Amino acid sequence: MRNPRASTWAGAAGAVVVGTILAFVLLPGLVVMIAAFNARAILSFPPESWSWRWFAKALAYDDFRTGFRNGLIVTGWASTIALLVGAAFALALDRYAFPLKRTIEGVLLAPLVIPHFTIGLGFLILAAELGATRGFAVVVACHVVLVLPFVLRSVYISLRNLDQRLELAAASLGAPPARVLTTVTIPLLAPGLVSGWLFAAILSFNEFTASLFVTAQRTQTLPVAMYNYVREYADPSMAALSVMYIVATAIILILANLFLGLGKVLNVEESR
Amino acid sequence: MPRPPFLRAFVSPAALCALGFVAAMAAVLQFSLRAYIPGSLEPGGLTLTNFAALLRPLYGRVFLDTVWICFITAVCTLVIGYPVAYALVRAKSAFLKSAMLIIVVTPLFLGEVVRTYSWIVVLGNNGFINTVLLKLGIIERPLQLMFTAFGVVLALVHVTLPVMVIMLAAALSHIDPDYERAAESLGAGPIRAFVTVTLPLSTPGIVAGVTTAFAWTFSAFATPQLIGGGQVNMVSNLVYQLGFASFNFPFAASLSVAGLVLAFGMIALLRTALKPLESVGPH
Repeated sequence: MRNPRASTWAGAAGAVVVGTILAFVLLPGLVVMIAAFNARAILSFPPESWSWRWFAKALAYDDFRTGFRNGLIVTGWASTIALLVGAAFALALDRYAFPLKRTIEGVLLAPLVIPHFTIGLGFLILAAELGATRGFAVVVACHVVLVLPFVLRSVYISLRNLDQRLELAAASLGAPPARVLTTVTIPLLAPGLVSGWLFAAILSFNEFTASLFVTAQRTQTLPVAMYNYVREYADPSMAALSVMYIVATAIILILANLFLGLGKVLNVEESR
Repeated sequence: MPRPPFLRAFVSPAALCALGFVAAMAAVLQFSLRAYIPGSLEPGGLTLTNFAALLRPLYGRVFLDTVWICFITAVCTLVIGYPVAYALVRAKSAFLKSAMLIIVVTPLFLGEVVRTYSWIVVLGNNGFINTVLLKLGIIERPLQLMFTAFGVVLALVHVTLPVMVIMLAAALSHIDPDYERAAESLGAGPIRAFVTVTLPLSTPGIVAGVTTAFAWTFSAFATPQLIGGGQVNMVSNLVYQLGFASFNFPFAASLSVAGLVLAFGMIALLRTALKPLESVGPH
C-alpha cells in the first residue's frame, strides 16, 4: 500500500458510517424495550417509573395466548411439511433430470417475488371455491408454499457442499439406495436440514400479511392477534410482547450461528 | 444410466405444492374477471368492468404512490446497506462479524407487525423522537412523523435492509480482496480502488438486491397500513380494504392482478436500466 494514512482515514470514516447505520437498525428495538418497562400506560421517555406489569398483562391476554397456540400448530405442520417436500425436491433438483424440472422449480420459488397479500387472497378464494371451511388446513397450505423457497435454498446449498463419493463408496460396498440415503446422505445433510427447518419455522410463525387473509377468528395466529391489538389499544402490553419476541429471536439466531454458522447458511461467506 | 431411485417419491409432493400454488393464483385471475354482486360473496358472470374501474384517478394515484415508495425505499436501502455488507464481509475479527450479522439479520425474523409497532413507538406524537426533542428544547410542538410518507419509507427501509445486506454480502464475499490490494499496490487510493474494482465487481449483487427490495416493499402491508394510517396507501392496503371492508373480492382480485403486472413490469424495467452496469462487472 502506497498511502497507509489515507486508508486509515477511510477505515475510520467507514467505521463511523457503519456504526451509525447499525444504531439505526437497533434503535426501534431499544426504544421498545424502554417502553415495555414504563409503568404508566402513556409513553414517555425516559419513563418516570419502571414496572414489569405489561409483561404480566401481555402473558395473560387471551387473544395472545390463543394466537400463540394457533401459531405453534400452523408452524409445526407447515415447517415440517415444507422440510420434507423441499428437501426431497432439492435432492431431485441437484441430481436427476426429469420432465418439467425447471417449471416446478420456478413455480416453487415464485412466492419470493409475488406479494404476500396476493398469495393470501389466492388461497382464500381457492378455499372458498373448493367449499373448504376456513380451518387450519388452508393456513398450513398457504404457509407451506410461502416457506418452501427458503427450505429449498438452504438444503440446496448444503447439497452442493456434499461429497458424493461418500455415497458411491457406501453403494459400492453393497448398501441399497434406501440405506445409502438414511445412513449417508441424510446425516451429512443434517445442518442444512436443521437450518432449513428453523428458517421455515421462524418465518411461518411470524408470517403476517398472508395469514391476515387466510385466518379466521378461530385460527388467528399471533402476528394477526398483535396487529388487531395495535389497532385497538395503545398500552405498552404490545411493547412487552415485542421485547419477548426480540429476545427469543436473537437467542435462536445466536445459537444457530454457534451451531450451524449463520454466515454459511445465508451464503454470505465462502465455505472453504 | 439406471432409473434414479425414489425419483417419483421425491418430485411428486413438490409438484403437488406447485399445483396448489398455481391453482391459488389462477383463482385470483379468475375472480378478477368476474362481476361483483353487492351484498353477496358469490361473484357474478365474466366481465372486464373491474379492470375498467382501475383506470379511475383514485386508483392511478395509489399505483403511482406505491411505485414511488418502492423505488425510494429500494434506493435508500442500497445506499445504507452497501457499507454494512462491505464491513460484514471484510471484518477481520470473527466476533465482530458474527455480531454485525446477528444485529442485521434479527429484524428479518421478527415479522412485520413487531417491527412496525416499534416504529410507531419511535415516531408517534408521544413517541421517542418527539419526547426527546421536546425535552431538549429543540422543537416546541411534536413533529408529525406518523401518517406521513416519510415515516412509512423510514420504516420500510428498516424492514428491507436485512435482505439487501444479505444479497450484497453474498456478492461481495465472492470477490477476492486481493484484487483491491493489487489496485492499491499499483497506486490507487483506497477510494479509487473501491470505485474502480470492488464496486463494479459487485453489480450482480446490487441488481439482485435492488429488485428484491422493490418486490419486498411492494408486498408490505402492515407498515403502510399502521404508519400510513389511511393517509399513505399502497396497493396492498387497497386490496385488503376492498376485500374485508367492502367484501368486493372480484375488484380486490383485479387490483392484485394489476399490482402484480405493475411490479413485474417495474422489476423488468429496473433490470434493463441496470444492465449497462452489469457489463462492467465480472465476465
